[in-house]
Amino acid sequence: MSRPILEVSGLSMRFGGLLAVNGVGLTVNEKQVVSMIGPNGAGKTTVFNCLTGFYQPTSGNIRLDGEQIEGLPGHKIARKGVVRTFQNVRLFKEMTVVENLLVAQHRHLNTNFFAGLLKTPAFRKSEREAMDYAAHWLEQVNLTDFANRTAGTLAYGQQRRLEIARCMMTRPRILMLDEPAAGLNPRETDDLKALIRMLRDEHDVTVLLIEHDMKLVMSISDHIYVINQGTPLADGTPEQIRANPDVIKAYLGEA
Amino acid sequence: MNTSIKKNFKMAIFSALLVLAVAYPVMGLKLSTVGIKLEVQGASPTVLWTILGCSIAMFFWQLFRTQLGAVWAHAPKLPSMPSQASNFLTRPSTQRWVVLGLVMLALAWPFFGSRGAVDIATLILIYVMLGLGLNIVVGLAGLLDLGYVAFYAVGAYSYALLAHYFGLSFWICLPIAGLMSASFGFILGFPVLRLRGDYLAIVTLGFGEIIRILLNNLTWLTGGPNGIGSIPKPTLFGLSFDRKAAEGMQTFHEYFGVAYASINKVIFLYLIALVLVLLTLFVINRLLRMPLGRAWEALREDEIVCRALGMNPTIIKLSAFTLGACFAGFAGSFFAARQGLVSPQSFTFIESAIILAIVVLGGMGSQLGIILAAIVMILLPELAREFNEYRMLMFGALMVLMMIWRPQGLLPMQRPHLELKQ
Repeated sequence: MSRPILEVSGLSMRFGGLLAVNGVGLTVNEKQVVSMIGPNGAGKTTVFNCLTGFYQPTSGNIRLDGEQIEGLPGHKIARKGVVRTFQNVRLFKEMTVVENLLVAQHRHLNTNFFAGLLKTPAFRKSEREAMDYAAHWLEQVNLTDFANRTAGTLAYGQQRRLEIARCMMTRPRILMLDEPAAGLNPRETDDLKALIRMLRDEHDVTVLLIEHDMKLVMSISDHIYVINQGTPLADGTPEQIRANPDVIKAYLGEA
Repeated sequence: MNTSIKKNFKMAIFSALLVLAVAYPVMGLKLSTVGIKLEVQGASPTVLWTILGCSIAMFFWQLFRTQLGAVWAHAPKLPSMPSQASNFLTRPSTQRWVVLGLVMLALAWPFFGSRGAVDIATLILIYVMLGLGLNIVVGLAGLLDLGYVAFYAVGAYSYALLAHYFGLSFWICLPIAGLMSASFGFILGFPVLRLRGDYLAIVTLGFGEIIRILLNNLTWLTGGPNGIGSIPKPTLFGLSFDRKAAEGMQTFHEYFGVAYASINKVIFLYLIALVLVLLTLFVINRLLRMPLGRAWEALREDEIVCRALGMNPTIIKLSAFTLGACFAGFAGSFFAARQGLVSPQSFTFIESAIILAIVVLGGMGSQLGIILAAIVMILLPELAREFNEYRMLMFGALMVLMMIWRPQGLLPMQRPHLELKQ
């Protein structure tokens, strides 16, 4: 049994009179793929936004490796190794593919102003390493041939893969994917599944997933949380969820 | 057809009245001094007839606009720039060669040009430096700064005050002025950079005015509206360019045993400005290829993603703001040295507007564009001195023309892309 890396308890988020998330709790173990499912508007993305510091949760506890992280600004949480993608693809469209990956490594680069001005050996080395790391990941997501293309000109599925590669540039511990399979065709979805498996098995990344594609969710998740109208409905292994009458009711409506 | 004429008719009457309403008070009424009083007098009949004629011409033009437009469409079109040529001109490698050529020309300039020409060229170089500095903030980081002149003023006054009260030389004050401006940029940027777009523009605009008014009113320190005069000129390793050196100093012409020529001083100032511009160009070129430059670009495109990737947007914006201010400080201290006198009148809002116009006119982010735009913006008013009264009018017309003809600026630059070598 691996140890928990992310523990969330009693998470609530209120927008004025609307309680978008109500008492959600999650326990994510290391090197697992954990999915969050629920009907549209259930508050899944709001949970993501709270976890990554884009919203300040109204109440609740978020612990990363036992350390409280709720209320920290987004970039500080990202630096602790919690990195996310967005529901719609958000690449730097005017930059090339490889530059997208270089920007994401900003924190790991030699950003010393004078080193860059004088192109010191240390600066060159750091730039070269960044380039190599980017090239390595381009190969992993099968985009090497497109390295020097502008990111905006890639096909949709390629943009999705590039987005995941860009997240990996920051050396994350938890990768949060918000509907990564939306708009992909069945073959691209299979590629995505293989990619997520590889991230977990070879790169020791914990993946937290929001997804509507049930086939994908059921086949790769180690644990599933179901959220309905902001409140937790059920959680368990894919088999348990599949057999849960409440979940079926929420998804298909009362018989 | 009938309705379109009717619609045009209304429009035409309105336009004609507008011409009358604008032109009559401006051109048809004249103020003249009679004794100690001002008197309003009507203009000559010719002027009045001309205004009426213009109004009627506007009426017919608006009425038959569609028909005239159809005729116009048959006329041969102006050749527009082929896309290939445009692509070639905006490529970074092309622009680098053109910039090199311009630098060569600039180096040769003082030895062929007249004294006045060199003097104007120096002024142009100051604006090139300012344009390049503002370009970091507006063009690269995408932050609209309408009070850039404040940093210019801080740089100028830093040198003026240090020279006046402590007798420090230009070469010591130049870096100090840069640092002073940079720290003002830092202090202003810290609270302000969480604002976005329009709000940032308004706050910076206010800051620009605050600095000017402060300089105007701190009479005990800055001399108020009179400014600070007799600021020493830069020296070449302690050699002054005056006819007679101050005590303990030597003059350039005595040391080298040449006859005294006042143009030497002008040329020397010009060369300093050129060196400063080259330094600025060098730094900005490097920045574009540094992680910081990439971060600015990324931030301009999508701030939320930057945050999600662990970059601190405030720090990155602040670095752009501070660096831009630093260059304004250099330009300011050089301006003070060249002018020999600084006063708050040199740092009005219109200066900010001109610098911003240079950046926008040149094409955001393009260095060559900024150089060309600075030349146009400074040289045109100098060449057309007799039209001085209509300067603002020409300024406006130029802006409108640019908006129609090349909304992306004179010579926008494609960013130098880093390539993965396979």
